[in-house]
Amino acid sequence: MVTKSRLHVPKTPARPGDAPDFSYLELSAAGVVKRPETSARVRDMQSLSDELVRVLDDKHQPVGPWNPRLDSPELQIALRHMLLTRVFDDRLQRIQRSGKISFYMRSLGEEAVSVAMAMALQPGDMLFPSYRNQGLHVVRGRPIVDLMCQCLSNTRDMCKGRQLPVMYHWREGRIFSISGNLATQFPQAVGWAMAAAIKGQDDIAVSWLGEGSSAEADFHHALLFASVYKAPVILNVVNNQWAISTFQGHAGGERRSFAARGPGYGIAGLRVDGNDFLAVYAVTQWAAERARTGHGPTLIEHVTYRAAAHSTSDDPARYRPKEDYQGWPLGDPIERLKGHLIALGEWSEERHAALTAELEAHVAASWKEAVSHGTLTEPPRLDPHLMFEDVFKEMPPHLRKQEAELRAELERG
Amino acid sequence: MAQRNMIHALNSAMDIMLGRDPSVVVLGEDVGYFGGVFRCTEGLQRKYGEHRVLDTPIAEGGIIAAAIGMAVNGLRPVAEIQFADYIYPGYDQIVSELARLRYRSAGEFFAPVTVRTPSGGGIRGGQTHSQSPEALFAHVAGLKVVMPSNPYDAKGLLIASIEDDDPVIFFEPKRIYNGPFDGEPDKPAVPWSAHPKGEVPDGHYTVPIGKAEIVRSGNDLTIVTYGTMVHVSEATARKLGLDAEIIDVRTMVPLDSDTICSSVARTGRCVIVHEATRFAGFGAELSATIQEECFWNLQAPIMRVAGWDTPYPHAFEWEYFPGQARVAKALKTVMEPA
Repeated sequence: MVTKSRLHVPKTPARPGDAPDFSYLELSAAGVVKRPETSARVRDMQSLSDELVRVLDDKHQPVGPWNPRLDSPELQIALRHMLLTRVFDDRLQRIQRSGKISFYMRSLGEEAVSVAMAMALQPGDMLFPSYRNQGLHVVRGRPIVDLMCQCLSNTRDMCKGRQLPVMYHWREGRIFSISGNLATQFPQAVGWAMAAAIKGQDDIAVSWLGEGSSAEADFHHALLFASVYKAPVILNVVNNQWAISTFQGHAGGERRSFAARGPGYGIAGLRVDGNDFLAVYAVTQWAAERARTGHGPTLIEHVTYRAAAHSTSDDPARYRPKEDYQGWPLGDPIERLKGHLIALGEWSEERHAALTAELEAHVAASWKEAVSHGTLTEPPRLDPHLMFEDVFKEMPPHLRKQEAELRAELERG
Repeated sequence: MAQRNMIHALNSAMDIMLGRDPSVVVLGEDVGYFGGVFRCTEGLQRKYGEHRVLDTPIAEGGIIAAAIGMAVNGLRPVAEIQFADYIYPGYDQIVSELARLRYRSAGEFFAPVTVRTPSGGGIRGGQTHSQSPEALFAHVAGLKVVMPSNPYDAKGLLIASIEDDDPVIFFEPKRIYNGPFDGEPDKPAVPWSAHPKGEVPDGHYTVPIGKAEIVRSGNDLTIVTYGTMVHVSEATARKLGLDAEIIDVRTMVPLDSDTICSSVARTGRCVIVHEATRFAGFGAELSATIQEECFWNLQAPIMRVAGWDTPYPHAFEWEYFPGQARVAKALKTVMEPA
């Protein structure tokens, strides 16, 4: 018999018109995954890259060795950060629809990834985000009006009008500039961590990308350099199942988890329920301690779901079932933390509604303030000469000349 | 003061900067224990340790990205890309990240990375060890682009590059690492010790980025060139008995167009000489700039001498290389009376 090789094309489980199908997902029950010592050898903990660390069970109770045992005030802060992120996203989405900003990207359904990680890290740790990590800014205390001004490219825009909406940065808050090109931040975070180790700093670097971007060479450079130099870094693959219209199988997730890329490079690989705040918090603590104590990097795969469109320029109804998210087996991160707090007797639907209303009012007031500094189309506007600044530290002659040409052009009007 | 070839001059620059500034690190393929395939980093790891002079995996994209991250964390990395022909896996990190980080973050973040890379042909390197890709970097907003033509400038410009807060792509014309080369491969090699620019001070000094140098004053015409071709141009003009003014561009970005244009305005004739391919090469930028500034002073069309618009062929090295014959033809053409 002659066997012929046949090109395999990864199958997308459900397209428009199909019923949601998440039978491909390998889940572990809450509490069953072992928690190794943070100094454990990679080869002794490889199963962690195939299992799924979960803490909250179906009855909203935290179970198992990964329970970070956070107290109720801390959990309420977490809920507040996640809810603010969502309310902010909702508002900016609607504002984009009204034409006031050009573009927006929501993190709907993925709020726990940024919020839990930022809360579990130290203020000195340097964050290298992707474009769906707005929760990092929220946790680190950036006034949301600053984020809005960036989205508006107005006179208070931290980027001076040079970046698409959501490409924030915040030096003081130790949050790196978002490129807009995918995955480039991953090996940069490793370089930052290498420098921290060279200088003997205790701070670690943390970076995020989507499972789709993990196909880029930069992802592999990051893992390789992190492994070779045992860099104090946490590398996160946010597996939200979708890279615009392309299912995660096309990024290589069909046969093996993304976390399993870690052990292949000699790096600890953890797979975590990305919608379980407590589980994300716990694995972050574990990986941060591992990095800080000189035991090297960790690759974490957050299993989550991109509940929103990729961006305001995208329409997911064209490539996935409309009700896909309703079938997602890991639920919603805010609902799950809320359920946990209610089960603890520390929260209620009424308090939740009141908090939502408070945050909506805060976001509305911030928006009002933000637009007072101008919009992309309404005054006050940024001075166009700003486009010539910061190309270099000092403006070289050819740019001074071009700046003068523009001034003359604008004066002639 | 000591006689140094370009390799020793570059080594001295890194040695001095590693010694003066604890934030300086050197990284690249084979740069550590071995001291680099061209020996530019020889002895530095032994002297400054494995944390300051790092051997890296063969991943140019990773090298540049790691250097960027290090720079954001306060280091001043000098990254070696073993051959300019290997730089392309790092091109995205250079173009999209290194060049634009200061801009996109409105000055909050920047990465003072120097990327050193040997370039150019004349060493029987075939199409993967001979390229001159400087135009690909000069075209990118946010990068400084430098190419020295002698040991004195190499050391001074490399120190200036490492001290610069902007990213610098530093091309090293490897054909003249060991001695100046006049374009005639069959003649015995000449060492740098026979050349005045082989005199290199021991200590710290800089050659400013953004300043061209008039290496020979003259009245007949202006030759604008850089790297190896400075020496080929000098030899050719001498043989033709021309009183040429020869300008070594040294820095492509920022370009010292004042020095170049005031010379051409005076001589009225100009030949641009580089090793890189001609089409959309850096010579086109030079020619356009000079034409815009000096059109009414020109007595002849500006000529360009360059490598042919083909990949660099192994077997036809000297038919490809823009040697004295090609330079001479252009010089004679621009000297023809109007």
